[in-house]
Amino acid sequence: MQSSTNEVIQPLPGAQASPVGWFELAKLHRASLASLVVLVFPLVMPFTALAANILIYGLFALGFNLVYGYLGLLSFGHAALFGTGAYFCGIAIVHLGLPWYAGIGLGVVGGLLMAAVIGVLAIRTRGIYFAMVTMALSQCAYYLFYEAVDWTGGENGLRGINIHQISVFGLKLDFINPLTRYYVIAAFVIAAFFVLSRILASPFGAVIEAVRENEARARASGYDVTTTRLITFVLSGGFCGLAGALQALHLSIVPIEILHYDTSGIVVMIALLGGMGTFFGPMIGAAAFLMLENIVSTWTVHWQLIVGAVFMICVLFFPAGIWGTLIKRIKP
Amino acid sequence: MTGLSFDLIALQLFAGLALGAIYVLFAIGLSLIFGMLTVVNFAHGAFYMVGAYVGLYILMLGGNFWVCLIAVPLVVGLFGVVVERFLIRPLYGRGIDYPLLLTFGLSYVMVELVRIAFGKSGYPFDTPEILQGAVDIGVGYFPLYRLFVIGATAVVLLALWLFLEKTSFGLIIRAGARDPQIVRVLGVNVAQVWLIVFGIGTAIAGFAGLLAAPLQGVIPEMGGTILAEAFVVTVVGGMGSIGGAVLAGLLVGVVVSMTSLFAPEMAKVSIFALMAVVLIVRPQGFFGRAGLMS
Repeated sequence: MQSSTNEVIQPLPGAQASPVGWFELAKLHRASLASLVVLVFPLVMPFTALAANILIYGLFALGFNLVYGYLGLLSFGHAALFGTGAYFCGIAIVHLGLPWYAGIGLGVVGGLLMAAVIGVLAIRTRGIYFAMVTMALSQCAYYLFYEAVDWTGGENGLRGINIHQISVFGLKLDFINPLTRYYVIAAFVIAAFFVLSRILASPFGAVIEAVRENEARARASGYDVTTTRLITFVLSGGFCGLAGALQALHLSIVPIEILHYDTSGIVVMIALLGGMGTFFGPMIGAAAFLMLENIVSTWTVHWQLIVGAVFMICVLFFPAGIWGTLIKRIKP
Repeated sequence: MTGLSFDLIALQLFAGLALGAIYVLFAIGLSLIFGMLTVVNFAHGAFYMVGAYVGLYILMLGGNFWVCLIAVPLVVGLFGVVVERFLIRPLYGRGIDYPLLLTFGLSYVMVELVRIAFGKSGYPFDTPEILQGAVDIGVGYFPLYRLFVIGATAVVLLALWLFLEKTSFGLIIRAGARDPQIVRVLGVNVAQVWLIVFGIGTAIAGFAGLLAAPLQGVIPEMGGTILAEAFVVTVVGGMGSIGGAVLAGLLVGVVVSMTSLFAPEMAKVSIFALMAVVLIVRPQGFFGRAGLMS
């Protein structure tokens, strides 16, 4: 009798010793790992300006991925969030004469605000409607910024966001130097990694994925699906606003095209190319997309043809994206 | 308000209807394809643009506008059929986002191919001689060509209505939009029906592009702007509803036309404001069934 009870209590042989696998370990420290890659990236990437661009678009895609990959809503209006962040940052520096960090702060606020406005309207619709409504509303933002010439420069874009030197805690940094500029941008991107990783690991992060997996069950479990969607969309706006603000500082100009629907399309492509719903996918997608664009545009002006074709091939044959396909292979 | 007579407003109303007619044609194709295939065709603007360029090419070859009216929908529709068969069909059953993403990529390719073939800059598109000038419509002189656009749209709508309501194939389409599963069980080749519906939808988009060409000229990017505006039309009218697309298309045309009379800088923004109001008051649109999108 005694022995049989013991047998029941004994755990199964396989489960007895369950050391944390390297995969789980990597997952646990995903933000640190991503930061490490970002820090050493300039060593392998000779074109620092392009590397900075990759960081910025990667951050943009990271914010987009929160809505598309984790929440499961396809937004075609993320240009508005990115662009508002850039314009708010630019306006703060050019028109209000605020320091650079206030510009970045206002950029984040701009992204959050625009996401709240678009989110409140678009969340009322579901499914495929969401893509159409977000796209239309972002087009509306385009026209609004286009018409507000006094603030935004209209068709010419907002010029003169010239930051030559920034001081951090008394330390003077030369923002003209591409490498310094890269690391200043990287500091914000790394902060975003940790914030995003924390959000995803939190109970709220689990609710986000629950809503994606099964809306009815999430609702039956007592979660407010609509509010979860809205909050996630607004959070995404914060990340995209930050990316936009960094873009404004990096380019020293905010072109009106930043709000064009092509920008929304580019972030969709980046997220899909890298692997949606994965933590590293957006950054890898941004690197792949921007390098492809750079290489192709050196030998033809018709780079959109190649980019469009590559994207179609991805949709047809590699819907999991680069990182998504890779992770399926290496996952133990 | 000097200079704003009743006649001017009435004329502007008619101009709005002509603009709305283009929206109606564009949105009907979009709605037809969505209602049947549940595919949001992001390349619809590109098909519209290709329609205008095919027309331009026919004119370059020495054809006239009347040949274009027949040939453009045929060519663009055939192209649509090829796209459905080889690019969209593999994606059925893989989630509603994939065809949307694919057509988005396709629109890039189509626009760039047209740029390669015809150059980046636009072309003017002459109004056919017989349709030049203006006619008195009671409240003032109105451009004859715009009147023709309204008339041609009415003819297409009538033909489409007869096709959908009075033919057995139309019956299959309507049944398929309700429940493709049952239609398949009844022995209908649904894949073939979808192919034809996609062809019809894109043919109408090409026709709309041709009709719009003399009004605004032809450029490779002409499809992008109207796509966003057509989404407004479909949201306002109710996705998948043909009647909704007609009413909302005309309404959007009139709203744009009227705001450009009173506050030109707000003309583009006004239609999105209209959409925002509809979304708050009636999220499913005028004729959309509640919960259809869930």
